[in-house]
Amino acid sequence: MRMQPNDRFDGQPVPETAAATAIELSEASVTFGRGDRAVPALSKTTLKIADGEFVALVGPSGCGKSTILRLVSGLVQPTSGVVIVGGREVAARALRVGMAFQNPTMLPWMTIERNIMLPLKIVEPFRSSFRRLRKTEYRDKANALLEQVGLKGFGTRYPWQLSGGMLQRANLCRALIHEPRMLLLDEPFGALDQFTREELWAILQTLWMTHKPTVLLVTHDLREAGFLASRICVMSARPGRILDDSRVDFARPRTVAMTFEPDFVALNQKLRAFIEDARSTAQQGAG
Amino acid sequence: MFGIDVRQKAWSAGLIVLFFLAWELFCLMTGMSDLVLPRPSQVFVTLVERFPVLWPHIVQTLATTMLGFVLGVALGVALGAIIGVSKTAYDTCYPLLIGFSSIPKVAVVPIFVLWFGSGTVPAVLTALSICFFPIVVNIATGLATTEPELEDVLKALGASKLDILWNVGLPRTMPFFFASLKVAISYAFVGAVLSETVASNRGIGNVMMTASSNFNVPLVFAGLFVLAGLGVALYVVFSLIEGQVTGWATRKNDAIAT
Repeated sequence: MRMQPNDRFDGQPVPETAAATAIELSEASVTFGRGDRAVPALSKTTLKIADGEFVALVGPSGCGKSTILRLVSGLVQPTSGVVIVGGREVAARALRVGMAFQNPTMLPWMTIERNIMLPLKIVEPFRSSFRRLRKTEYRDKANALLEQVGLKGFGTRYPWQLSGGMLQRANLCRALIHEPRMLLLDEPFGALDQFTREELWAILQTLWMTHKPTVLLVTHDLREAGFLASRICVMSARPGRILDDSRVDFARPRTVAMTFEPDFVALNQKLRAFIEDARSTAQQGAG
Repeated sequence: MFGIDVRQKAWSAGLIVLFFLAWELFCLMTGMSDLVLPRPSQVFVTLVERFPVLWPHIVQTLATTMLGFVLGVALGVALGAIIGVSKTAYDTCYPLLIGFSSIPKVAVVPIFVLWFGSGTVPAVLTALSICFFPIVVNIATGLATTEPELEDVLKALGASKLDILWNVGLPRTMPFFFASLKVAISYAFVGAVLSETVASNRGIGNVMMTASSNFNVPLVFAGLFVLAGLGVALYVVFSLIEGQVTGWATRKNDAIAT
């Protein structure tokens, strides 16, 4: 993965536009590997997300949704184009991002509490006072979050003592503890049963409404996208690009019951049509 | 849980007693000469009688073993960390390491003696060189097999390589490390005694050599008992530390957490 040299954006803050932009991809593409073995993962993609927006990325599997998340988090560098997050180019960043993956990835040798406090151990300004506050203020902070997601009293347990749904709740806490202005969620509820998933939607919605971070959510679940997001981007099959970008204006807080109302179902069907179309085009292309 | 644990320990102790009892009976019934195989009771008597003489040698062997072990661990962890962090280094160094570790360490003792004279130094170096490889291999493997997802958690927060090594790589490698420590301490012991046997005038290995050339077979066996005892003791010490540090890997901490 090679960084495209770019004089204009080299680590310099970008001038503020009217609506503060949290995430901006301009003509960003990603190719894994080189030469004959090069696999294009993301076509040139342009995407602008405003501060405080909740954007869901949906699309057929393997279409590069996760690649966008990894671009924004800085885990992957763009092969071409530019990715600007919080006014800085990702390569030269020091930003506050919270991230949660499909696997809860709790470190098995730490208690839940300590797992949740991990970002505080790494990210400034918490890092410098971590030793001093980890037994007091920071632990209280972790436990307050645990309480919000219904895990009161589980802080001293080890990850293997919790169920998948509980771990995923703890995972959300860890993504939020350092009060990130940006939350990147990669199918965080993918491995959960329907009921737990719906419960966690409501929790995530509440967390978003109280903290108002910018959220980028990758999901397979169209109901999930409709329930949570204020904007949904549909991506094409690999190498991905954005096919459709539409706002979701249902009133908040949204309820599970709303997901069965005609407007919501219509939105769902519209998204479905896009994705089915993308899938069939891809299969023809492959055949 | 507790009941099973105690019963298990009782069985282990019983087996040890049975072993010595069978040995004793075998010698008595066959009228075995103590020049060939002394009875365990004779060995114990010799051990107790000669203990004041044996003691400095025990200290010597223990000291060389521990010194060689500590140096071996330090070197092994450092090299293992360097190799484990980088895939290229791992692939590059592995064949050479395997080559070195395949050399029987008996063969290097004369070289160490040639370089450093007989005595403590070759014993320490033999202990070091023999216990060093399991540690390198285990640390390197532990680091190299760390799940990328665990690392991503920290990378996404902008953590440095050192942060990741400290918070994910090393703790994740601890079970591998302790497994290798238990092997390494036994190896270090073998190395030290081996070298003492060949070229030293101190240490349990030397005592056993001298005793056997004097046909003092009970004393040879007393030396063996001492070695076995020390080996078990060191193994137990590291097992206890391991349980404290890496309980998460064997999920022993249920009682603490609930």
